Amino acid sequence: MSLAGDTGGETARLRLRGITKRYPGTVANKSIDLTVMPGELHALLGENGAGKSTLVKIIYGVVTADEGEILWEGTPIAAHDPASARKLGIGMVFQHFTLFETLTVTENIALGLDDQRDMRALRRKIDETARRYGMALDPDRHVHDLAVGERQRVEIVRCLMQEPKLLIMDEPTSVLAPQEVERLFETLRRLAAEGCSILYISHKLGEIMALCQRATVLRQGKVTAQCDPRQETSASLARMMVGSDVLAVKRPEEHQGGGEALTVTDLAMEPDDPFGTRLDHVFLTVRVGEILGIAGVAGNGQTELLRALAGEKLAPGRDAIRIDGKSVGHLGPTGRRARGVAFVPEERLGRGAVAELTLAENALLTAYLDGNVGAGMVKQGTVRKFATAIVKDYNVVCAGIDAEARSLSGGNMQKFIIGREILQRPRILIAAHPTWGVDVGAALTIHEALIRLRDAGAAVLVVSEDLDELFEICDRIAVMSKGRLSEPKRVGDTDIDEIGLLMGGLFAEAPAEVSHAAD
Amino acid sequence: MHELTAILVSMVLSATPLLLAAAGELVTEKSGVLNLGVEGMMIGGAVIGFAVAWTTGSPALGFTAAALAGVALAALFGVLTLFFLANQVATGLALTIFGLGLSALIGKPYIGKPLPSLPQLYIPGVTDIPVIGPLIFGQDAIVYLSVAATVAIGWFLSRTRAGLILRSVGENHDAAHALGYPVRRIRFLAVLFGGAMSGLGGAYLSLAYTPLWSEGMTAGRGWIALALVVFATWKPWRLLFGAYLFGFFSIAQLHAQGAGVSIPPEFLSMLPYLATILVLVIISRDAKRIRLNAPAALGKVFRATA
Amino acid sequence: MPRIRLEPRAQSSRWATYLSPVLAVVLTLIGTAVLFGILGRDPIAAYRAFFIDPLSTFYGVGELGVKSAPLILCAIGLAIGFRANVWNIGAEGQFIVGAICGGGVGLFYEPMLGPATLPAMFIAGALGGLVWAGIPALLKTQFNANEILTSLMLTYVAELLLRFLVRGPWRDPQGYNFPQTKAFDGYAVIEPFFSGTRVGLGAVLALIAVAGGWFLLSRSFLGYQIKVIGLTPAAAAYAGFSQKRITWFVLTLSGGLAGIAGVNEVAGPIGQILPVISPGYGFTAIIVAFLGRLHPFGILLAGLLIALSYLGGEAAQISLDLPVAVVGVFQGMLLFFLLACELLVRYRVRLGPATAESAA
Repeated sequence: MSLAGDTGGETARLRLRGITKRYPGTVANKSIDLTVMPGELHALLGENGAGKSTLVKIIYGVVTADEGEILWEGTPIAAHDPASARKLGIGMVFQHFTLFETLTVTENIALGLDDQRDMRALRRKIDETARRYGMALDPDRHVHDLAVGERQRVEIVRCLMQEPKLLIMDEPTSVLAPQEVERLFETLRRLAAEGCSILYISHKLGEIMALCQRATVLRQGKVTAQCDPRQETSASLARMMVGSDVLAVKRPEEHQGGGEALTVTDLAMEPDDPFGTRLDHVFLTVRVGEILGIAGVAGNGQTELLRALAGEKLAPGRDAIRIDGKSVGHLGPTGRRARGVAFVPEERLGRGAVAELTLAENALLTAYLDGNVGAGMVKQGTVRKFATAIVKDYNVVCAGIDAEARSLSGGNMQKFIIGREILQRPRILIAAHPTWGVDVGAALTIHEALIRLRDAGAAVLVVSEDLDELFEICDRIAVMSKGRLSEPKRVGDTDIDEIGLLMGGLFAEAPAEVSHAAD
Repeated sequence: MHELTAILVSMVLSATPLLLAAAGELVTEKSGVLNLGVEGMMIGGAVIGFAVAWTTGSPALGFTAAALAGVALAALFGVLTLFFLANQVATGLALTIFGLGLSALIGKPYIGKPLPSLPQLYIPGVTDIPVIGPLIFGQDAIVYLSVAATVAIGWFLSRTRAGLILRSVGENHDAAHALGYPVRRIRFLAVLFGGAMSGLGGAYLSLAYTPLWSEGMTAGRGWIALALVVFATWKPWRLLFGAYLFGFFSIAQLHAQGAGVSIPPEFLSMLPYLATILVLVIISRDAKRIRLNAPAALGKVFRATA
Repeated sequence: MPRIRLEPRAQSSRWATYLSPVLAVVLTLIGTAVLFGILGRDPIAAYRAFFIDPLSTFYGVGELGVKSAPLILCAIGLAIGFRANVWNIGAEGQFIVGAICGGGVGLFYEPMLGPATLPAMFIAGALGGLVWAGIPALLKTQFNANEILTSLMLTYVAELLLRFLVRGPWRDPQGYNFPQTKAFDGYAVIEPFFSGTRVGLGAVLALIAVAGGWFLLSRSFLGYQIKVIGLTPAAAAYAGFSQKRITWFVLTLSGGLAGIAGVNEVAGPIGQILPVISPGYGFTAIIVAFLGRLHPFGILLAGLLIALSYLGGEAAQISLDLPVAVVGVFQGMLLFFLLACELLVRYRVRLGPATAESAA
């Protein structure tokens, strides 16, 4: 596989020339050139917001480019939509699954295919295809019964059924445990060997270096580099992605942690959502002056645990959750907030903030116990001062505190929310996926803020799928898998591989007798 | 015996408009759209159906016109909610208010005018069987149409590819869009279908149930039809059962009076409405069942992200 | 051909917020003119009959106050509920039950209560409406039953209850067998403020409701919670705001207000209890609420406009033989145009380069 543009002989399977796409207020793709050869494992690398998703949506026909052309096996493509893309042999596995929960696997796959198929024949074909590529799949199960890794297999099999010549995978491993990732890579390598091209979108450098032969790097909508990832280092790739040497958070000496601030004892809870995960004898302790991280792939009970900790769902027993030794299991979010717990939820707009309200109004959302409300009336002046402080201290880029929340970028909104919680001087802060989808600069600010908070004597709990983040800022790490929580380990005593194993569920049964004294 | 036959037959008459409107709304809701304007579309169909039937002397034309009237009103709703992205609840209410007002206006000249009732099926020998005969083999064409339509809708949704696509749109419109399905077009068609059915249901009231026109004659049946869809947890077979059950409640008070029951008529008239509330409560309690059966995207606005 | 695109605005448009109701009114006037034309009436004459004539007498202006008071009272309560995403469609029923309870007190306890009759009637009426709205609140918070359907079903029940009372146990024995109660007298009567009109206490109550509503929504913490819950329920849950408590509050508040409007209507302008005591105030109040963009001051203006349309309909019926049903069409059309114009607040309309979103 040549690195240069034309291979002089072999026609490129896919070639993009000068693709440009504009959205109000931003240019998602600027004059992008891309070449993918047959049988090539080609990475599309870039940060969140670099334009990768938009580009592949253009290739797949969901979105139409404003300028530029697409050549498929040498011929330009004219009008283009997903159905014609599929006919050409382009398959796409989306980052956010396009699955229908209440329908069966077979029905889901049928929807992704274009011709009328006899359902029975389809079921047989699904079985064959799945087996051929080493993925177990039951065609009759309803998708809502499937675990996340299995759901992705449905998406992949759906594409494979069309015998694609180009398979686009958009951030496929964000929902997989490390061992499942390896299995996926085997499937992809097999496909490439058969002549199928793979366009692999990711921001995970390690994976790209392990899997791909060529990489195109996007930054702020433009192609900034092309390379062979096997010959690069993480640092050089990161530099291509971000444009400067990535600043790592200075890891101060690990903190031992003082008394127990937040204690969860034998928490078992049924999920509200019939598609959710049951919490199964969860034990957890967060100490004063430490950051405890909970790793785990989404869908293993983190959401349920977070709701239980926040008080949105009350625990079955008041003692199951204690703050500073006092039972709070029966208290709702307001009661817990009154005892010094602050909470940063996973969804920014839509839970952490109200999109249509201004920043000043959003500042009040959780700060109503902090002197901002008197005699049932809102103290407008005090609230506005608070909002201004947040914007200033956390460098929130916005058109003033009267700007509506939805006008902010993801990173700035996240900074605002974290700032709002931290400026209320909580004793305990629980943060869910604090830097998901956030640009590097904002992520840095957030990580520094969390560490500062820890140093000031608070207890911090971080739930994240990003192992790099957890290893960077946490003192101890535990793993959530299938509704159970592992024994936390000191960060210095473990590594990513071990955590990866734990994420696969391989830890000791019922840690009820395990003592949870200080490590 | 004769009394039983009369009760069952009037139950069928009473249930048919409910069944038609509810079946149409079920399809609309399965595609993810909540159209609260059923009452407006029904009364629109009632008045247009009557006007056309009266003027042309043909009930068939009346029914056709009524269906078209329902489609027109539904189109108004569809444009506002799918293209102007208006709030579905408010728009549905607007449709009801507008439909009631417009029908009162159009229907003025037709108040008090009589119409002959619809011809009913008669198979010599079969229709004469006591009770079952007139009940199953002695109804008018629209009754059979309503049952056939409901069955057809059930088959369409569960066995055909188009039905599968419609269900997927109601379940997850973003995923359906990403797969390339025209979400808005599908929903618009589902809304129009619901309008046609509601129009037919309304026309049945003014052309068969009581072959007369009077202002506001739907008396809340459109709302009962909406409740029926929830009662049926969006399953057509259950809808059939529910419609007949409600039909029964609606006519119970008439027959109770006849039977000399001494409860004041107004309280008996409350029965269908109270029954609706009861049914709604029973079904809604089971949040899990609703979650598994209700189209997940119901009522949510679809914004095509380019 | 360039396609019309909708571009979401980063910030809600200020001018569109105020202008969209105006635009809707203008479009409706055009639409009504067309309607008048179809009905074979000169649009200008019809407009004059509809909008100008009713206000040309002192009595007419007073009637504006009479008709707008119940609309505004109901609409304020409804708007607060709509803001919290609670859809009380049963204001009509709550109005009726309020009239029954308050009216009942006035009819049967006036001799005993003396000067305390009127306050007692209003309290009874408010409680009646409150309880009637409390039923959908209970069913929603306990059983998750949709409040649109339950509150609406209860309206039909209330109408039947009223009919029963007025035809049966409450019928005026000296009434020549007409279905009506005896007239309110003594302390149970709400006197008009100005002789020659019927406008009285109701108008004052409506203004108080407007002020109170504004205060609640813009200054109080409860109003803040209502706004958050209506816009983003998940954020309200995160904040710890109780969905159940707010549902109870907004429903009982709107029920109470509707009940007050009901008492005022029977003890004031009507003077007795009849089988039909409302030309659909509870439903029309929904339009008023939307037309006023769910804002108390907007509701005040909208209430006056809609009340005018009622008067106009009656006047046009007399002077131009125009069917009263035109009013319903006018109101429905207005709501449609308003919903359509609403779009401008959140989106910009662009004639942009063709983008083939496979959305339609």
